[in-house]
Amino acid sequence: MNFAARHLLASAGPVSSFSWNLLADLRQMLGYAFMRNAFEAGAVVAVVAGVVGYFVVLRRTAFAAHALSHIGFAGAAGAVAVGVIPLWGLLAFCLTSGAVIGGLGQRLRERDTVIGIVLAFALGLGALFISLYNGNSNEAISILFGEILGVSSGDLLLTLVIGLITLAMVATLYRPLLFTSVDEDVAEARRVPVRMVSVLFMMTVALAVAISVQVVGVLLIFGLMVTPAAVAERVSRSPGQAMLVGVVVALGSTWLGLAISWYFAYPVSFFIITISFVAYVVVRVASWAKERAVRAPAVA
Amino acid sequence: MTTVHAPVVEARGLAGGYAGRAVWSGADFTVDHGEFVAVLGPNGAGKSTLLKMLLGLLPPLAGELSVLGSSPRRGSPHIGYLPQARNLDAAVAFRGVDLVGLGLDGHRWGFRVPTRPRRDLLDSVTEALDAVGASGYAGRKVGEMSGGERQRIMLAQALVSKPRLLLLDEPFANLDVRHQSVMAAVVAEIAVEQSLSVVLVAHDINPLRRVVDRVCYLAGGGVAIGTPDEVVTGPVLSRLYGGPVEVLTDSRGRRFVVGLEEETAHPHGATRARILEGAVG
Repeated sequence: MNFAARHLLASAGPVSSFSWNLLADLRQMLGYAFMRNAFEAGAVVAVVAGVVGYFVVLRRTAFAAHALSHIGFAGAAGAVAVGVIPLWGLLAFCLTSGAVIGGLGQRLRERDTVIGIVLAFALGLGALFISLYNGNSNEAISILFGEILGVSSGDLLLTLVIGLITLAMVATLYRPLLFTSVDEDVAEARRVPVRMVSVLFMMTVALAVAISVQVVGVLLIFGLMVTPAAVAERVSRSPGQAMLVGVVVALGSTWLGLAISWYFAYPVSFFIITISFVAYVVVRVASWAKERAVRAPAVA
Repeated sequence: MTTVHAPVVEARGLAGGYAGRAVWSGADFTVDHGEFVAVLGPNGAGKSTLLKMLLGLLPPLAGELSVLGSSPRRGSPHIGYLPQARNLDAAVAFRGVDLVGLGLDGHRWGFRVPTRPRRDLLDSVTEALDAVGASGYAGRKVGEMSGGERQRIMLAQALVSKPRLLLLDEPFANLDVRHQSVMAAVVAEIAVEQSLSVVLVAHDINPLRRVVDRVCYLAGGGVAIGTPDEVVTGPVLSRLYGGPVEVLTDSRGRRFVVGLEEETAHPHGATRARILEGAVG
């Protein structure tokens, strides 16, 4: 990964001061290849996370998605230890564990425990791999918290390809995936291969997690995969609408977060997560206020 | 009858259960074309097991079973199924119409392509929603609906593929008594209109009393089949349960199944009556 960008940002304090001429600022921002890569990779990841996130929230598999990212940490750290780019390690570990988690079936409580146990072990492995690599803590931190400003052109292309595969998988699984998510008993009776859909979906989540880790890191994956989808769920009625809103929220947080980080030398992932979090709080407060407004006349 | 139809369901010496252990056995019955059959019995008597066998999700442990002229197979569009209610989070972005549409093409890969067949599909969905009287709220989120509204949506989903046999698993659970009777009437009306055969699993005969043709009572490992007047009686149920059971009838014709627990079962207690079927007025 390219650390030049981060060091550039970290050492110089505010990279650019706010000028009120946003267009000029934007032009300056996009004059740097690392910023262009960041905006583009961020866009791919936001679209994927918004779409996949709808199903993650619908199926109540947020914990599994979270666990996948932690397992991915072990993979990424392992890849660094053997001198391969972290994304390959992420992909290998996420896909394998996604298939296993998807195959575990729907007995939720048991699944939670199993997932938690595997998650803890994976984090331990990750710690070992990091120390095998003579403890370059920069690398560990960029896996944990994301390194969107370090996305190279090669990374970008790989991200785009994986993103397109992810979207193609969602498109292929679409109806059976919805069916098994909301109405598993009927889906099973109608000959939908419930177990296979579950496995393929968790592998789709694994791909989405692997590319999202570059943007927000292993620890903050919720902010892109779950928060925008949770915002969308509250303000939408149909699946299509929810996916669209989810993409808009994820994309808005990512791009706005990137733009803000141009002026303030703090981690981009902090800005992205904070924006999507604020969106969630606003939506919750708004729906609470609406409910109160509806109820109030009845009380009075 | 003007035309002779083969039975929709035919069972001979049928036994049902899980993992090789029979919960009930020796069931001989038929469900005829257009017939409404209620499956009754206490918890754990194997009522849902029977439905799963009809759906082809569980194999018979013994005996023979034929559904619509062949051995039951998963995925038949001629069978409509309404499973036991599951809770959906209120926030979930999923409308009633989305749920009904899945009943038609949810088993197909990919997403719905907006073409001519889509128009026909929407017609079928509208038709099913009209039939159950749910058109008015089908555009709302499923999670925000009341239990009764959601059951109608689920019923529309079961009907949308134009089945010949309708299987309903405890459609009255979580409904108050008034809505139970309304739901029973809706099902009965649709069954007559579309000449459907219905097998409905329930806890309590009372909401169904006026609409069912026959009752299939599962208890104590055995099965009794006949009209409600033949089956829901003290002698028949006593034989099934293997102990004294009384059936009380109130002034409005509602039946209450009451088990008499002998002193042997409770050495320190007097003989107590226990209502075996949760029936409240």
